Amino acid sequence: MRNLWTIAFKEIRSYFNSPIAYVLIGVFLIINGYIFSSIVSFASRQSIQMLRFQGEAPQINLNELVFRPTFHNMSVILLLIVPILTMRLFSEEKKTKTTELLLTSPLTISEIVVGKYLGAFMVYLTMLGLTFYMPLLLSIYGQVNWGTVFSGYLGLVLLGAVFLSIGLFASSITENQVIAALISFGLLLLIWLLGWAAASVEGTGLGEVLSYISILDHFDGFLRGLVETRTLVYYLSLVVFGLFLTHRVVESQRWK
Amino acid sequence: MIQVEHLTKQYGNRTAVQDLSFEVAKGEVLGFLGPNGAGKTTTMRILTGFMPATSGTARVAGYDVWEAPQEVKKRIGYLPEHPPLYSDMTVMEYLRFVARIKGMNRRQISSAIQQVCEQCSLGEVIGRLIGNLSRGFRQRVGLAQALIHQPEVLILDEPTVGLDPKQIIEVRQLIKGLQGNHTVILSTHILPEVTAVCQRVVIINDGHVVAVDTHEGLSAKLRKSEKIGLKIKSPSPDCLEKLKAIPGVLNVFQDQGIIQDGYPYVVESQLGHDVREDLARCVVANQWGLLEMRPIAMTLEDVFLKLTAEEIQE
Repeated sequence: MRNLWTIAFKEIRSYFNSPIAYVLIGVFLIINGYIFSSIVSFASRQSIQMLRFQGEAPQINLNELVFRPTFHNMSVILLLIVPILTMRLFSEEKKTKTTELLLTSPLTISEIVVGKYLGAFMVYLTMLGLTFYMPLLLSIYGQVNWGTVFSGYLGLVLLGAVFLSIGLFASSITENQVIAALISFGLLLLIWLLGWAAASVEGTGLGEVLSYISILDHFDGFLRGLVETRTLVYYLSLVVFGLFLTHRVVESQRWK
Repeated sequence: MIQVEHLTKQYGNRTAVQDLSFEVAKGEVLGFLGPNGAGKTTTMRILTGFMPATSGTARVAGYDVWEAPQEVKKRIGYLPEHPPLYSDMTVMEYLRFVARIKGMNRRQISSAIQQVCEQCSLGEVIGRLIGNLSRGFRQRVGLAQALIHQPEVLILDEPTVGLDPKQIIEVRQLIKGLQGNHTVILSTHILPEVTAVCQRVVIINDGHVVAVDTHEGLSAKLRKSEKIGLKIKSPSPDCLEKLKAIPGVLNVFQDQGIIQDGYPYVVESQLGHDVREDLARCVVANQWGLLEMRPIAMTLEDVFLKLTAEEIQE
């Protein structure tokens, strides 16, 4: 357990010692802020129209009008940003040959893999936490349904957890960071597209299977305030699967 | 302390190490000598538990490297060929990180860092980023990393590569100082290094052990005749014949070396037959002017070239 945190803190320090964390978080916040502000101004235009039309103060559902589309857009940005966050985790160590230090120290491979994952996860949580100004800001002007906001954030945390796990795996199979980023981006996009494939064969057994595998369908549940056990199981098992694959890759590379 | 038995490692079809066996006693400094690509690094990586062997066993401090890797890793300090450094950390941060993953607790760490900094003279760079350090300092940080948890066994893969002559001497001195308390395996292809710091030498070539012995023992074994170097001021033309006539002398020839205040000769004599007195008497009696006389020991270079050459001939 102690070793786990030693590795995790080493990763966190390394993110913040280099410009990576700052640039990545900055870019994420700027893009996200832009999207948020345009969604909010669209929502306010719409509510003014409703006011004219109905002639009375409208019932504005902030969740439907603002948070759901914002969180959806955030998930797309994450698709692009998480691979950059995870690409260096193993690739860099391999390139600088520091894996030799880790693997000849009294650490288990699980500790190394999970420690690195935790480190990246902490940086991700920081990044996500900084977007919490959005519901705070809106709560000044309107009624925020905190339940759905929190379930939306839980969805983003879990979605990010899955993305990070896949990114970690991609990073473990190559010593080139660019290739690691491309592979994890490709894998994430593929999982994303499964949702579309599911929609095209809707109604059949295959469609049901695909929509269960699709990361998007589960994510939308959270945005509607739905926290289901099977969804939690789904996300956590994807995380564990990614970590397991990474463990296998790191282990197998010693045999070559 | 270290037992290696019938170790074999194959990378696909290529055999890097074949049937390697040797032992290292506690407190000994063992030189691991071989040309590049002989299998030194592979052997060290197996010993440190970095990679498994295809067959054979390796034991460190009584623990099998493959069956009890954690026990072995706690007792080993390893400096790989490329020092495993994080360039975005300061020396202090790096050493603290290494100490922690080696399983040291908070209280031990600061005194351990102080100690290795003194040992490796890192005091002046302790707060600097590793990425900005010179090659010599990086190598020393690598060495400090291997030493930090005071391991029983130290495995150093070419520890003096890339250092300037003064630093090389310092590092050798440091390694010599470890002798007795630590068991050290040191790989190198620089022969004088082995002569300078190691008590015993394992010479490997092409994945095989070619010879295991002390450095003196090796040269004695391979010497088929005694050699004596002579320097004579003004030899007469018949001097070669006269020297050859001395009983016990096998061969005399003029050395190819630079002629500087005298002519150098090499006299080969039968093993165990000391001809120095007769040589001196002969030179003096003929009034050639004896300037110098010294025994020529076989250097490790000769031993090494001879052994690896014999290997190829077979």
